[in-house]
Amino acid sequence: MIDGQTNVAFDRKANAVSNSPAIEVTDLRFAYGNRAVVNIGRCHLARGDSMAVIGPSGCGKTTFLHLLAGLIRPRAGGIQILGHDLSTLRATELDRFRGQHIGLVFQRFHLLPALTVRDNVLLAQRLARAPIERAAVESLFDRLDLAGLEHRKPSTLSQGQAQRSAIARALVHGPELVMADEPTSALDDRSAERALALLKESAQAVGAALVVVTHDQRVRGHLNREFEMDAQP
Amino acid sequence: MTWLRLAFANLSLSPLTSAVNIVLMGLGTASIVLLLLAGAQLSETLSRDARGVDLVLGAKGSPVQLVLAAVYQADVPPGNIQQREAERWASDPRVAAAVPLSLGDSYRGFRIVGTNEAYAGLYGASLAAGSFWSDPMEAVAGSAAARSAGLGVGARFAGAHGLVGGGHSHESRPYRVVGVLGPTGTVIDRLILTSLESVWALHNEDQPPPDDRHPEPEEVHFEDHDSAAELEHGHEDERGVGHEGEHGQGHEEDDEPHDHPAQGHSDADREITAMLIRYQSPLAATTLPREVNAGGTLQAASPAMEISRILQLVGIGLDGLTAFSWVLILTAALSVFAALYGSLRARRGDLAMLRCLGATRWELLWAMLLEGLLLSMFGVALGFLAGHGAMELLGGWLESTRGVALTGWTWIPSETVLLFGLFGVGVLAAALPAVQAYHTDVARTLAEG
Repeated sequence: MIDGQTNVAFDRKANAVSNSPAIEVTDLRFAYGNRAVVNIGRCHLARGDSMAVIGPSGCGKTTFLHLLAGLIRPRAGGIQILGHDLSTLRATELDRFRGQHIGLVFQRFHLLPALTVRDNVLLAQRLARAPIERAAVESLFDRLDLAGLEHRKPSTLSQGQAQRSAIARALVHGPELVMADEPTSALDDRSAERALALLKESAQAVGAALVVVTHDQRVRGHLNREFEMDAQP
Repeated sequence: MTWLRLAFANLSLSPLTSAVNIVLMGLGTASIVLLLLAGAQLSETLSRDARGVDLVLGAKGSPVQLVLAAVYQADVPPGNIQQREAERWASDPRVAAAVPLSLGDSYRGFRIVGTNEAYAGLYGASLAAGSFWSDPMEAVAGSAAARSAGLGVGARFAGAHGLVGGGHSHESRPYRVVGVLGPTGTVIDRLILTSLESVWALHNEDQPPPDDRHPEPEEVHFEDHDSAAELEHGHEDERGVGHEGEHGQGHEEDDEPHDHPAQGHSDADREITAMLIRYQSPLAATTLPREVNAGGTLQAASPAMEISRILQLVGIGLDGLTAFSWVLILTAALSVFAALYGSLRARRGDLAMLRCLGATRWELLWAMLLEGLLLSMFGVALGFLAGHGAMELLGGWLESTRGVALTGWTWIPSETVLLFGLFGVGVLAAALPAVQAYHTDVARTLAEG
């Protein structure tokens, strides 16, 4: 695979707003048709901090995460991520911004089955246009206990190995914001605790803010802050 | 490179499907390439063999048959003509050059052509060894004939009646090879040339005594048969080259020796098979053929016109085969489309994840197009290799059995057009899946898991 290139424009912007919060949401509204899904007055998360977004199924948590990641556009309100107003970014810029500054982990991991663990991880780095530092990648593999699994295909991994691979992919390019969607819902208590600890430690290791979106009450108390969402009427 | 590697990886996930698509595309491509190569080279060969000949004078009958027999040495002639009458036209001021031909015998499938040295000049053939004939029963072998039949300078061989071998052999009067021509890539390579006098001498010797030459009823019946069949089977054995049905008029009524002109005892009676004419000026084409055809027993046939007629006939067959090949290509394209469309549905989550990792919509579109292009590229590469390989094999077989030199080691301009066209087909096959990839609804796909 080719070496990625750092997007200089975004780096400059990021440096210029390095003191801005990781997330700043004001009067955010989103609806599917006439059905309001997200209605948030204010949500704030400082850089390097961690937050659990908790609420019952169907309350719009995942939609909120998609809004924060710029995967969908809000009907109204403002979303500032790392000092960038997402509404000012065009579609391609938003894709690039997401790739460079945000790491995403999903419940089903979505590792590309055609690629090895190593290539899955490096693909994220290349799409982020980040320079590949072999030593840092090896260190990440070691830290996530993936050493020896680099050349395995996702279909041959256990649930835990696949999850660690997905976390490695979310962290490899050094994002400033890591967001995880229901990372523990399919896990038993012990595995859920380990997964949360791993996410928290990994995000802290790269200095990234962490957002965990979940309906799993076991997450309570593990992260610094909690943001509770209610089911929309 | 990232996308290329990803495309390779995705295709390798379903190796059987990818292989079937590649083979399908390869089969269609190979068929078209083979037809293009064969058609172009056949056309080129036909044109090259007739390049120096503007008109053929021969016996009345089918002009295509006359041209095939006299120019391409690929058919039996419709009959013979009086040399005297042909030479009358050869001396016409509108004629720049005239070369007589006398056919009828062969050696190991290679035709023995009675002619003069000017015939070699028509094809730009020069001697690679030895010299041209100076006495009767001396022969000069074309390069392919010399190689295949082992006719080096000094070799002796006996010609056989008939143009395809198997006829009565003139063992008592063998030819002696005095020269071998260099290769020209034309019809002359497959011929054995000798003087007209050799042909006449040979058939004079075969002629039975005059008293024995009254035609039996069976013989009369026989001469009414198609002359082509007679020549093919060497049935003219006892009559010489002048025994074609269309030219054997008067046999039933007249049993005098002069009714067998190829065996003629005087110069005036001598027959030849055809006269190849080159015009003094292109203007001759407007008058000379019409005048020849209007009178006497001669027919004038234009190789250019007959080639175009032959190619038109061959072209109909080639067009049919080409259409069938395009059906194969279309099938391959549909198969590529089905494979990509199927994999797209299975990989929507992957595509959504790629967007989460920073890939743009355009990059997803390109990734899908690339997979279609790769399948096409491998199929097309396989097809071109197979098409050229098959042409080379077929060419070798045709050269050894028919003397037609076709090769796979060539590239014709229409192949370049075909190449880009096939890549276009690959892109089209991948277009719809690619557009769908572009429009992947990331949020909904991820929400659906």
